Amino acid sequence: MWTRSLAALSLVAIVAIHPLAGAPAAVPSTDEAITHALNRLTFGPRAGEVARVKAMGLHNWIDQQLNPSRIDDAALTARLARLETLTLDSQTIQREYSGPAMVARRERQRTNPDSEPMDQDMRPPSQPEAATARSGRRSLEPRRAEVEKDRQVIADIEEAKLLRALYSERQLQEVLVDFWFNHFNVFAGKGATRNYLTEYEREAIRPYVLGNFRDMLEATAKSPAMLFYLDNWQNVSAEGTRTQRGINENYARELMELHTLGVDGGYTQTDIVNVARALTGWTIRPREGSGTQYVKRLHDDKEKTVLGQTLKAGGGENDIERVLDILAAQPATARHIATKLVTRFVSDTPPPSLVDRAAARFTATKGDLREVVRTIVTSPEFFAADAYRVKVKTPLDFVASALRATGAEIRSALPLARQLRDMGMPLYFCQPPTGYDDTAATWVSAGALVSRMNFAVALGKNEIRGVRIANPPADLDKEIGSPAFQRQ
Amino acid sequence: MTSRRVFLKSGAMAMITMGFAPSFLARTALAASSRRKLLITVFQRGAVDGLNMVVPYGEADYYRSRPSIAIAKPGTADGAIDLDGFFGLHPRMSSFKPLWDRGELAIVQASGSHDTTRSHFDAQDYMESATPGVKSTKDGWLNRYLAASAEALADRSAAVHDATVAAGRNPLRAVALTSQMPRTLQGAAPALAMGKAADFAVADMGARASFEEIYQATQDKSLNGTGGEAFDAMRTLAKKTSGPYRPANGAAYPRSPFGQALQEIARLAKSDVGLEIAFAESTQWDHHVNQGAATGQMANRLDDFSRGIAALAQDLGERMADTVILTMSEFGRAVVENGSRGTDHGHGNAMLVIGGSVKGREVYGQWPGLRPDQRFEGRDLAVTTDFRDVFSEVVVKHLGATTATAAQVFPGYGIKAAAFRGILRA
Repeated sequence: MWTRSLAALSLVAIVAIHPLAGAPAAVPSTDEAITHALNRLTFGPRAGEVARVKAMGLHNWIDQQLNPSRIDDAALTARLARLETLTLDSQTIQREYSGPAMVARRERQRTNPDSEPMDQDMRPPSQPEAATARSGRRSLEPRRAEVEKDRQVIADIEEAKLLRALYSERQLQEVLVDFWFNHFNVFAGKGATRNYLTEYEREAIRPYVLGNFRDMLEATAKSPAMLFYLDNWQNVSAEGTRTQRGINENYARELMELHTLGVDGGYTQTDIVNVARALTGWTIRPREGSGTQYVKRLHDDKEKTVLGQTLKAGGGENDIERVLDILAAQPATARHIATKLVTRFVSDTPPPSLVDRAAARFTATKGDLREVVRTIVTSPEFFAADAYRVKVKTPLDFVASALRATGAEIRSALPLARQLRDMGMPLYFCQPPTGYDDTAATWVSAGALVSRMNFAVALGKNEIRGVRIANPPADLDKEIGSPAFQRQ
Repeated sequence: MTSRRVFLKSGAMAMITMGFAPSFLARTALAASSRRKLLITVFQRGAVDGLNMVVPYGEADYYRSRPSIAIAKPGTADGAIDLDGFFGLHPRMSSFKPLWDRGELAIVQASGSHDTTRSHFDAQDYMESATPGVKSTKDGWLNRYLAASAEALADRSAAVHDATVAAGRNPLRAVALTSQMPRTLQGAAPALAMGKAADFAVADMGARASFEEIYQATQDKSLNGTGGEAFDAMRTLAKKTSGPYRPANGAAYPRSPFGQALQEIARLAKSDVGLEIAFAESTQWDHHVNQGAATGQMANRLDDFSRGIAALAQDLGERMADTVILTMSEFGRAVVENGSRGTDHGHGNAMLVIGGSVKGREVYGQWPGLRPDQRFEGRDLAVTTDFRDVFSEVVVKHLGATTATAAQVFPGYGIKAAAFRGILRA
């Protein structure tokens, strides 16, 4: 309570002091500033890109990146065309790709409970096969064709992510898809989540990254991927069922701690229970790859109190809307989202002044993410000299920026996905709901540096499978493996 | 810079040939390093259900609360493995039974944090920083131990100063077998995180030499320091751990990532690289749905967990006399099973302490009971042992830190020997 009202007070103060808080600030136009913007708002500058941005003006370039539909991306679209599962719905993926292998795995587990069911489920497709041949029951294992189809789903989405990072002209959009997927993380290694993953990124994340936060929140809340990953599909009213079922708090807790309010957002265990009750009945039938449904009989329709606000009895399927409205409108949510974005774009120690303004913009625009991002990336704090090159690249930033800097041609991105796994950042396989941390403390370690140096050496010798650099310069490895290149 | 490299390369011998006769203190400090104490910590991330790992089968409320996931009493089909007439191990942890019978395994039930958070993120953070409730702590408790103990040694005598500073800068003194540096080991003292020891090398010697030059020359302090540690460690590892590894005493590690990480720890421990602190993690304990009982998801995880640790103890053999393996998890799980045959986040949990100096065959800690009125907030196992009581006993009695040093490791805790549970022999 105390922290909430304090935050609200400071908000009022800021708006009063900065009447033009939302207006675009002057963007500098030096080469240094352009390089900085390319480092932070893209997956790394390509050869000649500083000059191209300079020609159109950095301010205009940022504005264009904030409006990606105005940017032609046909070359990327052509590259993605061969990835046939990208446009499929979850039911088709379940029926024709993941389903058959899953049925075979279940059968194997049923007849031989000591086989290692987790292994198959957990392993990213880029990981070499080791465990499958061991349990002996050859006839019950998914057949090779089934395994291939199953893996293709994850392989396609991994490949697409890397191709977009490397080749999309809508770079800021791709950076933000990565940011928001990570914010609303789901883990491909948890059972049926993989069936829903393609659709999840395509329909619950991508359309909203420069849109409205409340819309994205609802899209994720009602997505089969999130319902499965954080167990809300099993969250039911204790009274609606014959068996001994009841509420499951997992999603309710992470919704407040990670997706909206933040861990210090002022909610209690009672709020968690009441939010869980409000979300009862939103479910899926994962074995069929079914879409989300609201089942009235499984919903707790009694009155609930969430953060001091009452949800009257009989709210039914509107309870979820009410809960998301309440959470999205909290000052704590504005502050939490602002802090994460400023940390991503500006510094591991986010300047409080900028967090304040970004949070105020979030509140004033009712969660218009384009405007929040604009506030951050055109701010004096963003362009302050002490913000240049202070962020350490995550493994994804490192690999993508190396390939962009060298103009590498990618025939297959799967070997790169494997590299990322070895660097501790497997794409779509981040297990905890927190997503990956993006600060230096996590990514600067001796082991990580050694992996990066080896990647640089292999790249310089054109030894990374699926990747080709025309005429690599002799000291390419030293450049990519250098301390300077680890920062952005 | 130079002194660090000289001493790393040639160590104590350099001191002697350079004409500095080691004092008595220096001799003992150096002699001790050949029988160095080893602490291996294992983090069960995701909050293991301690009540199904160390089953209070003597509690009627245990069975009342968990109609579909309880572990049956010992002596029945799929029953718990009896420990002391009240507690039993999950049946898939049978590889721990010999350790228990030999008195090398102790359990601390109902342990945890006084902080009430049920957030994985916060609770792991608090356990790894060992400052529950304080988010601003920047370093992990094991890193603070590394820094504080190196300082304490160096203060003792000028003669041992340089040698111990060199030892203190050895990044192989503390190794995490994880691809990211765990919070526990983050901080100013050198430590190493590596996914696989075999990958920890830059094979191209030419490139390696130029990288070393660039990292030595850089003004980027953090990357300069980490780079220096990387090259030092690479040299040592290349010298001392090359070739295939064969576990001793017939130890068979699971082929899981966890099993492989523990095997790497054994290899490092035996190859005399100066390893004092090791860290491994076991993941996927967050069983909100279909947790299973004697078989099922959690049983499979416990199988991997216990077989891995038992193999490590067997492989280390006599070295277990100087080794403690300490397991922890951020919090326990609710007493009552949820609507999905799983368990939601709870509070108190069980820690395991294994080693030659452990006074095992005992479940430590006051048992608070599972009746609703005995639970924490009416729903969870209460905490009767602060996890720092256990951590600090290990730091003082096993690693040999003074109380003053340990006080630096656990700021705000108010360390006192009276809080030790007596899990370790002095």
